[in-house]
Amino acid sequence: MEGFEVTHRDDSGIAVLQLKGFLDAHTAPTLESALQNCIDEQKFKIIVNFEDLTYISSAGLGVFMGFIEEVREKSGDIKLSNMSAKIFRVFDLLGFPALYDILDKEEEAKSSFNKQ
Amino acid sequence: MPRKQKKYRLKFPGQSDNLEIIRDTVSRIAEKAGFDEDNINMIELAVDEACANVVKHAFQGGGNKPIDLEIIVDEKKFTIVVSDRGTGFDVNKLKRPDMKEYLSKKRVGGLGIHIIHTLMDEVQFESVPGKGTHVRMSKFIKNEKKSTVKT
Repeated sequence: MEGFEVTHRDDSGIAVLQLKGFLDAHTAPTLESALQNCIDEQKFKIIVNFEDLTYISSAGLGVFMGFIEEVREKSGDIKLSNMSAKIFRVFDLLGFPALYDILDKEEEAKSSFNKQ
Repeated sequence: MPRKQKKYRLKFPGQSDNLEIIRDTVSRIAEKAGFDEDNINMIELAVDEACANVVKHAFQGGGNKPIDLEIIVDEKKFTIVVSDRGTGFDVNKLKRPDMKEYLSKKRVGGLGIHIIHTLMDEVQFESVPGKGTHVRMSKFIKNEKKSTVKT
């Protein structure tokens, strides 16, 4: 079983969530908890690195919708990076690139926070 | 001459931890039918969305009822029928979300139906409140590798 894991690191005050495995209706609550922890710890600058994510369904995308408004109200953002073409296609299918900052690399996401 | 057809009938416990096994199984059958990776990914996601809706809405989070899958492969199309004996609903009230409005209001949930309609070539919902639902979705087999209804 491949499962799903979220690893949390801190990079100069930016919370980085590294996703691994598959994100579906069963595993989405794990990501929801990880994002909620960031907010509880007053970390509103968040990068989600998708490099090791192999699959996403609408349940996974929906998690981001649940947090984006609150994070932006606190002058933060959720930036998404390192998506494979397969994962990006699902975001694109639903028009999410219009709402989220999706960067090729985590370093670019970090730089774009630092420019703000 | 009758067209060659292959049918698979599968039954899974209606809990979300089985979505992975459902996806893997459907992907293997789609691969065997000759679809390329992109189309396999589309079929996999559409079936996942339909089954996740069964667990969340028809079974209201889980329980002991099964999800039934029937997959019919012929030379022209790949059809999956996802059936449940859950709560059912009025199909006339089923609406695809307006994605512009959805995104601007940052809504949560309800995207599965949009995904299924977008990814599959034919989609049909039949539901009887209190009895259950059948979601029938098909993808045409184009000139990739010709459908292999292997015997």
